[in-house]
Amino acid sequence: MIELKNIKKTYKIAKRESGLSNAVKALFKREYTKINALDDISFNIKEGEMVGYIGPNGAGKSSTIKVISGILTPDSGQCIINGLTPWKDRKEHVENIGVVFGQRSQLWWDVPINDSFELLKDIYSIDNKTYKKNLDELVSLLNIEEVIKTPARMLSLGQRMRCEIAASLIHDPKILLLDEPTIGLDAVSKIAVREFIKKINKEKKTTVILTTHDMQDIEALTERILLIGNGKILLDGSLNELKKKKSPIKKVVLDFKDGQISEIKCIEGLSLVSNINGHAEISVNTDILAVSDMIKLISSKLNLTDISVAGTSAEELVVSLYKEFQI
Amino acid sequence: MKKYLSFFNIRFVNSLQYRAAAVTGIITQFAWGIMTILLFSAFYKTDASSFPMTFNQLASYIWMQQAFLALFMTWYFDTDVLESISTGNIAYELVRPIDIYNMWFTKNYANRLAKAVLRCLPIIIVAIFLPYPYNLAPPPSLEALLLTILTIFLGTSILIALSMLVCISTFYTVNNMGVRMVFLFFAEFLSGAIIPLPFFPNNIQTFINLTPFAAIQNIPFRIYVGHITGVAMYKGLALQFIWLFISILIGRLWLKKSLKKVIVQGG
Repeated sequence: MIELKNIKKTYKIAKRESGLSNAVKALFKREYTKINALDDISFNIKEGEMVGYIGPNGAGKSSTIKVISGILTPDSGQCIINGLTPWKDRKEHVENIGVVFGQRSQLWWDVPINDSFELLKDIYSIDNKTYKKNLDELVSLLNIEEVIKTPARMLSLGQRMRCEIAASLIHDPKILLLDEPTIGLDAVSKIAVREFIKKINKEKKTTVILTTHDMQDIEALTERILLIGNGKILLDGSLNELKKKKSPIKKVVLDFKDGQISEIKCIEGLSLVSNINGHAEISVNTDILAVSDMIKLISSKLNLTDISVAGTSAEELVVSLYKEFQI
Repeated sequence: MKKYLSFFNIRFVNSLQYRAAAVTGIITQFAWGIMTILLFSAFYKTDASSFPMTFNQLASYIWMQQAFLALFMTWYFDTDVLESISTGNIAYELVRPIDIYNMWFTKNYANRLAKAVLRCLPIIIVAIFLPYPYNLAPPPSLEALLLTILTIFLGTSILIALSMLVCISTFYTVNNMGVRMVFLFFAEFLSGAIIPLPFFPNNIQTFINLTPFAAIQNIPFRIYVGHITGVAMYKGLALQFIWLFISILIGRLWLKKSLKKVIVQGG
């Protein structure tokens, strides 16, 4: 369905040191640095798959999305989506995709949302019946009945984002590209957006590629994740697989009234990280000492008021991945 | 085709709602028209025979100019287009199954036309009833009137095609203020927006007539006042077609080349 092979793209960026003399110098001679935004990217995505595309800022996520959506022409490499090369057959290709750029808006600022949708209907030449059916469905699923008669400028970010998503799906695309769709949204809107994405992926078999910095998005939505850093694909696998790969060390935070913290130091598999006035942090190797045993042991030695065991959140996983790959 | 019509529609309707802007625009253009006519009347009092047009022809020219200012104003650019390039919102235009050039052209046309529709009628009606020779006189023939209408549309198209070139240059400069200023200077002066072209010295006129700017408002207004007649009208029409073809061709090729290199800014 989506096939990328050895995609490369370098950006040339003008650079100069600060200061007047350097500014004058730059008038005559510019110095450029080359940045490998995409450095030999290859991956395949099957129909109906939902893929989370993660990586730190500037890793090349948006550039990849732009290549897939036909906006950016790569320097070299192959990209075939439904048998079309996006940047060559742009007009035909984009009929089949829906795109949401979380940081931009596709809705007309001062006309009611409805009018923006009507315009999209004409742009994609959607017939009346299909349009009505899709619109009704999207409007009720995304819960935007009340806002579609309002101009975009008067909507909250959460309402607008839901309208943006509706706008990108009005033509029934086979592929949905979401570039940070939950950026800046509150918890309720985030959940609504996630639920909706899940639903259309399941019911309409829409292929979804999602870039995000929000690991809850990834946890809630995607089976497969692609990790990109410095323009290279570093990892391609499922979230669970990755979690298993994670080291067995867990962090435990304790609050206690009295007792000697030094006693627990000698327990095998435990080590003390810090201890300040009855607030201690220890790390446990769960291969040696199971969490339940650890709690039993500690509570027998200390008068605990609070204990918390940090689980393997996706967030931490990603941080540790970033560290591991030094990106 | 239908998609471009809808673009036209949404733009047109959107621009129509600015009534206060239209009213103030009409007042400004009246004041400007009267001032210009008074200025020229002082010159005409000295020696009317040394001018290429009769005073009434000149007054009609100026009233036409004021009535259709929105179509021929050279300093007006579609800020949407400029912004979409410099902020990167063009990303959303590129993910639509549409031709970017056609869409921008249509949007631009709709904007200008909506502005002109609101403004031209009051100016024309009042100008017709002004006392002779300060009034807007009727055209010399029905043929001239029809050709005026046709050449107004063509002239506007040429101006839009030229300003598209300025827009496309935004791909290379990010802030295109400089390019716009240079364009503005030439377009305003050479199109006859400040002083009608027949008032220029003959050898300069010969040169100006070779530029596309002479094919914008110069031709329709001079046909209307009867300063261009007979075969010359059709020569003017042909000249417009040629410039329109050339400027659209250059614009399309340049845009195609720019889009290949486009780097959408930000994010």
